[in-house]
Amino acid sequence: MSDDELIWRIAGGSGDGIDSTSQNFAKALMRSGLDVFTHRHYPSRIRGGHTYVEIRAADRDVQSRGDGYNFLLSLGDSFARNPQEEAYYGNEEIKPLSENLDELREGGIIVYDAGLVSDEDVEAINLEERAEENNWHVYPMDLRGLAKEHGREVMRNTAGVGVTAALLDMELEHIEDLMEDAMSGDVLEANIDILHEAYETTRDEYEFDHELRAPTGEHETEQALLSGSNAIAYGAIDAGCRFIAGYPMTPWTDVFTILSQNFPDMGGISEQVEDEVAAAALAVGASHAGVKAMSGSSGGGFALMSEPLGLAEMTETPIVLVESMRAGPSTGMPTKPEQSDLEFVLYTSQGDSQRVVFAPGNIQEAYEQTRLAFEIAWDYQIPTILIYDQKLSGENMNVDVDFFDREPAPDLGSTLTEDELKEAAHDASGKFKRFDYENAEDGVAPRSLPGQKGGRYLATGNEHSPVGHIEEDPDNRVFQMERRLEKLEAIRTELDEERESNQTYFGDEDADYGIITWGSSQGAVEEAIERLNDDGHSVRGVSVSDMMPFPEEELTEFLAGVEEAMVVEMNATGQFRGVLQKELGQYGEKLTSLLKFNGNPFEPAEIVEGYEVNVADEDREPTAQVRIEPAAGD
Amino acid sequence: MSAFNAIGEEREIDRDEFTPGVEPQPTWCPGCGDFGVLKSLKQALPEVGKTPEEVLTVTGIGCSGKLNSYLDTYGFHTIHGRSLPVARAAKLANPELEVIAAGGDGDGYGIGGNHFIHSARENHDMTYIVFNNEIFGLTKGQTSPTSPKGHKSKTQPSGSAKTPLRPLSLSLTSGASYIARTAAVNPNQAKEIIKEAIEHDGFAHVDFLTQCPTWNKDARQYVPYIDVQESDDYDFDITDRAEAAEMMRETEDVLNEGTVLTGRYYVDEDRPSYTQEKKAVGELPEDPLAERYFDDDAEWERSYDLLERHT
Ligand SMILES: Cc1ncc(C[n+]2csc(CCOP(=O)(O)OP(=O)(O)O)c2C)c(N)n1
Ligand code: SF4
Repeated sequence: MSDDELIWRIAGGSGDGIDSTSQNFAKALMRSGLDVFTHRHYPSRIRGGHTYVEIRAADRDVQSRGDGYNFLLSLGDSFARNPQEEAYYGNEEIKPLSENLDELREGGIIVYDAGLVSDEDVEAINLEERAEENNWHVYPMDLRGLAKEHGREVMRNTAGVGVTAALLDMELEHIEDLMEDAMSGDVLEANIDILHEAYETTRDEYEFDHELRAPTGEHETEQALLSGSNAIAYGAIDAGCRFIAGYPMTPWTDVFTILSQNFPDMGGISEQVEDEVAAAALAVGASHAGVKAMSGSSGGGFALMSEPLGLAEMTETPIVLVESMRAGPSTGMPTKPEQSDLEFVLYTSQGDSQRVVFAPGNIQEAYEQTRLAFEIAWDYQIPTILIYDQKLSGENMNVDVDFFDREPAPDLGSTLTEDELKEAAHDASGKFKRFDYENAEDGVAPRSLPGQKGGRYLATGNEHSPVGHIEEDPDNRVFQMERRLEKLEAIRTELDEERESNQTYFGDEDADYGIITWGSSQGAVEEAIERLNDDGHSVRGVSVSDMMPFPEEELTEFLAGVEEAMVVEMNATGQFRGVLQKELGQYGEKLTSLLKFNGNPFEPAEIVEGYEVNVADEDREPTAQVRIEPAAGD
Repeated sequence: MSAFNAIGEEREIDRDEFTPGVEPQPTWCPGCGDFGVLKSLKQALPEVGKTPEEVLTVTGIGCSGKLNSYLDTYGFHTIHGRSLPVARAAKLANPELEVIAAGGDGDGYGIGGNHFIHSARENHDMTYIVFNNEIFGLTKGQTSPTSPKGHKSKTQPSGSAKTPLRPLSLSLTSGASYIARTAAVNPNQAKEIIKEAIEHDGFAHVDFLTQCPTWNKDARQYVPYIDVQESDDYDFDITDRAEAAEMMRETEDVLNEGTVLTGRYYVDEDRPSYTQEKKAVGELPEDPLAERYFDDDAEWERSYDLLERHT
């Protein structure tokens, strides 16, 4: 584990400003020229409870959280306490310190708020002893006292950042700039004073006996720090989406909020409605009337969308839905990531379902595939779904600003203008043959919009004739069904032949062993493969984004080239492995699984270890946090 | 040039334009009240100057849901209970469309009850016609939310223990700004009420009593009915909430005893429609959003402009 990187963990109570402080600090590190990646861990409650954010910063591309961390800034749990009196939820003050120690690396730094925790409490957790064993460097500081002196107790976050900067030998310039952007007046002044005093006191009071310093780096182009939710929202904006309907549910709420806040300035419409059935049905209605529309939810809410999803399929109304997974079943663990809704998203809704499903693996892919989802939906008149999880939704990463410099694409795809409708086929009563099978290319029958001249037809969720009347004639049924299914074939062909692959490959093409993953586990897998190959193993990897239609050819090729492959995913039943076995039956025996479902995303080291035990057959037990499922034949 | 030329087209409109020239013929049972709704719409639409192509009828599932198969407008035959959310969004996407949603009492007051309450609350500018036959027609005669207490059906063989839902009162409390009840057996009143509902700016709820001779044989066939506006026995101010509420309560009480009251119950011309409210807070564009996709000169803001806050 290299120490050319800083992994800074700020721990405290939720509602304690951990989020904003870490966001600012991550930006400051980014502005200083480093690549950053954030990981947020929080309990399902609004105030209090133990929470932390990790920022990984290095002078190289970072695509995942690291293994453990090397700097702990431990604040108190202030908001969990009764402000007037004694601890309100029992003594949780020490938790931000005690709960975090297991993952702190050897040689790491600890800063804790000595103004909040007593010496006895610190003694009780054997900090001194443990520090000695692990060569940790401990710096107690009265952060609360310092903050109180200059302003208010809550500003002790700022004091903590000042101490951090001093210990890591960082300039205060970027931190100050960010504070100036975010606040003004007395508040700003107090914060700047606290920052400086903490910085200077640290330098005066302590002999530094640690080696860790902030890495240095330089970016050639301007960088932006944003989350997967931002990327999806921005992809939608650039794709011309101007209608969103939803009902709040973590973590989908982020995308919903970002678009709701931006749409009024862009002439877009946002609707918070009574439930998720309504939300998806609104997306269908808006799209039917001619606006690029989207909706989404997390597992439980998406369950309610299964009906309107089927309606969109049958009426060939383009919509984009996002499904942001969290741990299930049922309400599960609302703030914890998991990749366990895959089968549900692929197969939900009755009948022979036809929808397109993409699973982006990082922030750039989230943007690109959102755009693609809109394009495919409107070109082929089919619902598309983006499946991702709480991890990708909430993690922040720096991305080259120019990456987002894409042309807007408000194209309505296969929607006819009134002029084109004049040339289109009509029945004897003048109805537009909307669902015409004779003139449909690739199964796509171009559509009209209500209010257009010459485009009158009936959209219906029942099986229907070319003009949309309910029709159960066997020949018509077969024609219509085959026409709709043909679209999926055409989409597969387009994805294979006209576009760059959505799958991301790692390692050496000739390697013997394979690691297969999907979605947000991608970054950790990428890093694990690099490490394995540096250690002399021969591993290649693929992170799959096309979930439906499935990239059969690409995956066949990948699997044919390896002796064995380990499927890495965050769920307990190996759902993606199941999909691979369904789609590529003959390779079932080559596959093993590495599963994690404890509410935390993979760390690269766990994947390395999983590989060593699983594939390279090293004789040792994997960590308790992951599970290995052997191949079908084993 | 507009992308939606059928909207606002001014010409003489023939009733027959709303009848599909070819198949399908209605599959409703002989004597079904649904014919009455179809007829009143065909009469009302030309009289309020609507062309078939500027009207979007959105229906649910049930015998009633087939309405737009036999009425030649733009149509969306959705799924059971979900006509309203689809209709609402279509109206927001293109407020110039004339949007009419329709469905059965099971569809609208049962499975779609939540959507009904919220559509009324938000006062969406549309007409909502509920074919109230006090029964599930299409699934063959089960008890519906408006079936009278004690109603026997295959699924409630001992007679329903439930008090029927009161659609008019529910509509009023929820916030609908036009509420009326009419009956298929009274085509003239029905046509006039449908016309008013279409012309009303806001959520116009029409509880349309439709007899189901096939499954509701015991039911009062809504005759004889009394028109509350025509009868000297009833005198109330339809713009007064409290008086309307009182009148609705009575109407809903006496229906259980076999007296059928119909008419206009509540009209609030002052309450802004959802489209107006949404425009007022700056969350709905002045021009129909749907038009913008066809406008070559339209400016499309892009995400790049939002990046500053992330750098
Ligand atoms: C989700 C769902 N549940 C149930 C049904 C079956 N179903 C079709 S129509 C109907 C009830 C019809 O009754 P009503 O809405 O009163 O309409 P009517 O047929 O009387 O006009 C039901 C339960 C369905 N299509 N979808
Ligand atoms: S079952 Fe009843 S509601 Fe349905 S068509 Fe027949 S009479 Fe009408």
